[in-house]
Amino acid sequence: LRKNVEDFTGPRERSDLGFVTFDITADILNGKIGSIFDWNVKQLFLYLSAEYSTKNNALNQVVLWDKIMLRGDNPRLSLKDMKSKYFFFDDGNGLKGNRNITLTLSWNVVPNAGILPLVTGSGHVSVPFPDTYETTKSY
Amino acid sequence: LLFFSGSMEPAFHRGDLLFLTNRIEDPIRVGEIVVFRIEGREIPIVHRVLKIHEKRNGDIKFLTKGDNNAVDDRGLYKQGQHWLEKKDVVGRARGFVPYIGIVTILMNDYPKFKYAVLFLLGLFVLVHRE
Repeated sequence: LRKNVEDFTGPRERSDLGFVTFDITADILNGKIGSIFDWNVKQLFLYLSAEYSTKNNALNQVVLWDKIMLRGDNPRLSLKDMKSKYFFFDDGNGLKGNRNITLTLSWNVVPNAGILPLVTGSGHVSVPFPDTYETTKSY
Repeated sequence: LLFFSGSMEPAFHRGDLLFLTNRIEDPIRVGEIVVFRIEGREIPIVHRVLKIHEKRNGDIKFLTKGDNNAVDDRGLYKQGQHWLEKKDVVGRARGFVPYIGIVTILMNDYPKFKYAVLFLLGLFVLVHRE
């Protein structure tokens, strides 16, 4: 599992808004999980989440992107230069200068019937946000 | 808990039966499927957690979204409410069985169907007693 990111922050109203672009290379089929798409797996709900700490909040988790992978879909992900699907707003101004945002890829296994486990992928990436706001960059 | 709408498709469909836990000490984390109630509304909603902001003392506020919806649930919350809190959570989805619930729905809507099911169950039991 590999993720590469570049990022900058922009001010919106009173809360920090982060912009992250990323690549995802994942091979769900042949990873440590083995053959995850067995007879009882209907789909995987994949999501890329950013986790970080701020002065206001000890723990923040924001889903940046998600995808439903159905049984039968190509289990290899090779996504480049993706923009986040959801706005990465902080609850305050905790992104500016925050050196330690951890991006992790996880998935919810949805069976045909049975338990719904959440699995965290191995390999996460730490991303620092810059100390200043970008005012003129277009997104 | 029975599913009524299509907002979590293709994972869950109308008629699926969901198994829930409600351990208050279970932390709320993104990706989880929670069952919550909006103040003043009776019908609980089952959606996925999209964002959380948790304070050191455990106070948490979070945002949800149905997998099959284009936007998050803010438009569903009460007027002026931007986040859900622990007190709004009714349960956490841990497992499910598909389409079984449709039998319960049909039994409620069509009493004749209910009697037919009970009759067939009775036959089934009698036959297997041999």
